[in-house]
Amino acid sequence: METIILFAPLVGALICGFGWRFMGEVPAQWTATGLLFLTALLSWIVFFGFDGETQRIQILRWIESGSLSTDWAIRMDRLTAIMLVVITTVSSLVHLYSFGYMAHDENFRDDESYRPRFFAYLSFFTFAMLMLVTADNLVQMFFGWEGVGVASYLLIGFYYRKPSANAAAIKAFVVNRVGDFGFALGIFAIFFLVDSINFEDIFAAAPELAQTQMSFLWREWNAMEVICVLLFVGAMGKSAQLFLHTWLPDAMEGPTPVSALIHAATMVTAGVFLVCRMSPLMEFAPTATAFVTVIGATTAFFAATIGLVQNDIKRVIAYSTCSQLGYMFAAAGVGVYSAAMFHLFTHAFFKAMLFLGAGSVIHGMHHEQDMRNYGGLRHKMPYTFWAMMIGTLAITGVGIPLTHIGFAGFLSKDAIIESTWGAHSGPGVYAFWLLVVAAAFTSFYSWRLMFLTFFGDARGDRHTHDHAHESPKIMLAPLGALALGAVFSGMLWFNSFFGDEEAVANFFGLPHVEQTEEAAAGEGEGASSAVEDLAEGDAGEAAEAVTEPEAGPSEHSDFAGNAPGVGAIYIAPDNHVLDEAHHSPVWVAVSPFVAMLLGLGAAYMMYVRRTDLPRKFADSQPALYRFLLNKWYFDEIYNAIFTRPSKALGAFLWKRGDGNVIDGGINGIAMGIIPFFTRLAGRAQSGYLFHYAFAMVLGIALFITLMTLLGS
Amino acid sequence: MDNLLSIITFIPLVAAGILALFLRGDDADARANAKWLALIATTASFLLSLFVLAGFEPGAGFQFVEEGEWVLGFTYKVGVDGISVLFVLLTTFLMPLVILSCWEVETRVKEYMIAFLVLETLMLGVFIALDLILFYLFFEAGLIPMFLIIGIWGGANRIYAAFKFFLYTFLGSVLMLVAMVAMYVDAGTTDIPALLGHTFSSETLDVLGFPVIGGLQTLMWLAFLASFAVKMPMWPVHTWLPDAHVQAPTGGSVVLAAILLKLGGYGFLRFSLPMFPVASDLLAPLILWLSAIAIVYTSLVALAQTDMKKLIAYSSVAHMGYVTAGIFSANQQGIDGAIFQMISHGFISGALFLCVGVIYDRMHTREIDAYGGLVNRMPAYALIFLLFTMANIGLPGTSGFVGEFLTLMGMFQANTWVAVVATTGVILSAAYGLWLYRRVVMGDLIKESLRSITDLTPREKWIFAPLVAMTLLLGVYPSLVTDRIGPAVGDLLSDYQTALDEAEASTAVASN
Repeated sequence: METIILFAPLVGALICGFGWRFMGEVPAQWTATGLLFLTALLSWIVFFGFDGETQRIQILRWIESGSLSTDWAIRMDRLTAIMLVVITTVSSLVHLYSFGYMAHDENFRDDESYRPRFFAYLSFFTFAMLMLVTADNLVQMFFGWEGVGVASYLLIGFYYRKPSANAAAIKAFVVNRVGDFGFALGIFAIFFLVDSINFEDIFAAAPELAQTQMSFLWREWNAMEVICVLLFVGAMGKSAQLFLHTWLPDAMEGPTPVSALIHAATMVTAGVFLVCRMSPLMEFAPTATAFVTVIGATTAFFAATIGLVQNDIKRVIAYSTCSQLGYMFAAAGVGVYSAAMFHLFTHAFFKAMLFLGAGSVIHGMHHEQDMRNYGGLRHKMPYTFWAMMIGTLAITGVGIPLTHIGFAGFLSKDAIIESTWGAHSGPGVYAFWLLVVAAAFTSFYSWRLMFLTFFGDARGDRHTHDHAHESPKIMLAPLGALALGAVFSGMLWFNSFFGDEEAVANFFGLPHVEQTEEAAAGEGEGASSAVEDLAEGDAGEAAEAVTEPEAGPSEHSDFAGNAPGVGAIYIAPDNHVLDEAHHSPVWVAVSPFVAMLLGLGAAYMMYVRRTDLPRKFADSQPALYRFLLNKWYFDEIYNAIFTRPSKALGAFLWKRGDGNVIDGGINGIAMGIIPFFTRLAGRAQSGYLFHYAFAMVLGIALFITLMTLLGS
Repeated sequence: MDNLLSIITFIPLVAAGILALFLRGDDADARANAKWLALIATTASFLLSLFVLAGFEPGAGFQFVEEGEWVLGFTYKVGVDGISVLFVLLTTFLMPLVILSCWEVETRVKEYMIAFLVLETLMLGVFIALDLILFYLFFEAGLIPMFLIIGIWGGANRIYAAFKFFLYTFLGSVLMLVAMVAMYVDAGTTDIPALLGHTFSSETLDVLGFPVIGGLQTLMWLAFLASFAVKMPMWPVHTWLPDAHVQAPTGGSVVLAAILLKLGGYGFLRFSLPMFPVASDLLAPLILWLSAIAIVYTSLVALAQTDMKKLIAYSSVAHMGYVTAGIFSANQQGIDGAIFQMISHGFISGALFLCVGVIYDRMHTREIDAYGGLVNRMPAYALIFLLFTMANIGLPGTSGFVGEFLTLMGMFQANTWVAVVATTGVILSAAYGLWLYRRVVMGDLIKESLRSITDLTPREKWIFAPLVAMTLLLGVYPSLVTDRIGPAVGDLLSDYQTALDEAEASTAVASN
């Protein structure tokens, strides 16, 4: 079944991409979409039926060289199961949505068959993404990693006539390659030390690696720290973290369904997935994880500040994505991988919905993307409005404080913020404060988007507003499905991702030392019956798997019987952050809620009550405003220190290096030493190559004669 | 068949002889006959070489060996082992495609076909020769038909390009010959398997008052380097290649990039590494650094090019940097990767030059600025060009990735600095590759001259199809290659290590 899930999208992509000429455009599109819905269905079956036991399914041998041996294979564990559900669900809905969105695209003539190409790319992306998450070794993961990069390149550049789209596509690929540079070096380092790049072997070697020193570049380092930092550089590229984030906003050049699928719900979360997947290594690298926390928290804050002032509806959501990814990394950095995965899971639903909702608005407004030209659209597009409203409630984290009732983002974001507090470390505290502030900003820009788009009076072109219309049902249906996820996914799975430790351990297939009765008792509070069944099944398994009873009840209820590589994530025995997070003081638990209210209040004041205020603020702080509007000037700085110098250097090396120094030098030497020879040859050769050839034959004959003489 | 290798090697030469002797006239029929005969001969050679592949046993040393008396008392000895067998296949596989790519040539067709047929024989000869003199003959004589191809059917500035090439290779050839003579004097044989078993002295020598560490081995190693480095080409003796490519006709470029560039790498693996292990070990850092510099330097230069062929030529130099660095990492991944990279580069660079040829045939310019928006009228071409661009920048799933990945992995074990510098090539290759693709293929079609450009013809599609298949097949299932080369590389490395240990032991004894 896993194999079908993995390859059905590839088959869909091939049929749709090459077969549409024979079967017609629409049937080709429906084939791809149908196969995607099939994979989504199978993924949910796998997700609910998964018993926590890690499985490995080999497909084909791949790269083998000496002791290096890798296969195409599927590793099935809880992390994979979660990602399967996220990817296939969002992807199938986006396929469906695209029928409406791509129906008449102004970038193409009507007689051009761009639609099958679009669907083929989407399906191919899904395949690559599934390869990434099902990998059982680092190289296959790298395959998926670069594969999604190519799909992203193709889809960002889908409007190939637009220069800006082409530029954005290249930028996305090259910036991602910078990240891949780190990822690849990380893989090399792991192979160098462990002699294998299969997850099982790496995880088993983790404790030993933590004690190993390796010389890398100019000095000796702790091997584990080097590896984790290098891998994280890869994650930074793919997940658009600070310094490698510049491609994500530009990626909005792609069609909006692409932004929803690739640049919100799935591909950009691959970095978070990588860090969680590598948790058995990360747990042994305190410095590297501190780095992860700091970068994550800083990105969350930084991207949110830019989101405050952007006017393009898609860019606001893009920066929001960047910021939310920062949250996930902060959680992973402090060692609560389950919270990171939780936010990844819920975020996929509400962010995909926000993007698709924005797409619906853009579609209804004839490809107008500037929010300053929106306003009052809630009457024209009631369904879209309510979908966006649910998405906004989810992302800003609306819920009832101190309970587990609320929209998806409320539960997962609070889980992260409490986790950073629970870390009780320097980076943790830093992350906590930045994330709380970022939560206020999130609330502000999200509500600003809502108020500007759906409330107030119609602004901008009258004609466009007169013709603004609600989107067709085929676009609204996916919104409805995602809305369910945005409302309920947090409450349903809270216990599994961020409940007490038995629940989390059971969910992720970790061996746990607590008594089965307790685990079962804890389940009474569980939300969904499906989850309960699942947890019950797991508890039985887990109890059997217990091997070291005395290691367990040291303090609280630990993950003490845990070993790297068993289960989907690894939580070191001395990692109590999850438990500490549950015992965080009330003010910590309430702070994101308060921040959310502040952001909402400010947005309400500025964009509903006193609409002249934003202008005044911008005028009173022109430097700050321009700084934020120009995205902290990252593009300009990178252009000045990387892009232009490398082109200039290339030209310099070519003209001066190759031209003057090397050619000049060699020609000079040749002419200097054998001017006599060339002059002699000049007469005999008269520019004809035949003569060169003749001279060569003569030369060879001469050499052989010489050789014979010398030899005998 | 006892002399299968010889038959494969000399079929093209025989065909060339038939053309030269019996084909008269220069009308359309004669031209068609010449092309068909060349195609049949190269195809026959390829089909027969499949028997070599089928009968080849990985790890069983030299196979299909033929030995016999030859003129002037020399020995004719040929055979293949795990290191050379796939190069034979690469050559025979590509030559029919090269002939097909020349199908539209109308000037001096007979001579053109003869040149390619002779070239094929000589290139195959290099890979199968198991005798020093035979090797040298094939190695040097191979230049002649290539000279002719560039000089007669090449571009406007062909004489300059050929002269440059001559200057570059001349010195290297002389030095290599001297080294070969010295090898014969030292070992008393020109038999390559015997030479592989011979231990050349590595005691420090005094040359003109300078002590040379590694002694005779170092001197010979450097002499071979002079020849192979130019052939590779390695930085900084690479500048002949872009000029040669720019002037060469499409078929010539394909052969040059896909096969002739591999002679240097093959030479390193056949001679330098196994015969002079002490010198290789001593001087490996030099090669590693030259390679790392080559990768970064030529990638940057590629970024600045305005001529499509030059850009791809510089990209070839960068890719050969991975090969040399992989070889002198002297570990299984490095060398496996180097051989894989050479095979894979044969398909990919060949295909890229064909891609340039396709639009050159239509527009008669290689200037990047003359193109733009081709995807609008040439969707099939856009797809194929995209695939090979991606393969060239090492996308996993294509053969380009495996070679790059393995060589870098090998480098990392040898020297982390070199690995880090070389890995930046991954970023730069994406930059120049995609930028080229964008300027040529993407965008709107606004240039008036391109309005009526036509997509690939069926003939062109049939040329690309096998290359596409191989690029993807080797990317998904590289064991096809590594299973065959792995054992031979393993043996080579264990001999190499033994030789190094012995040399170290003897030095230790000597110093005591």
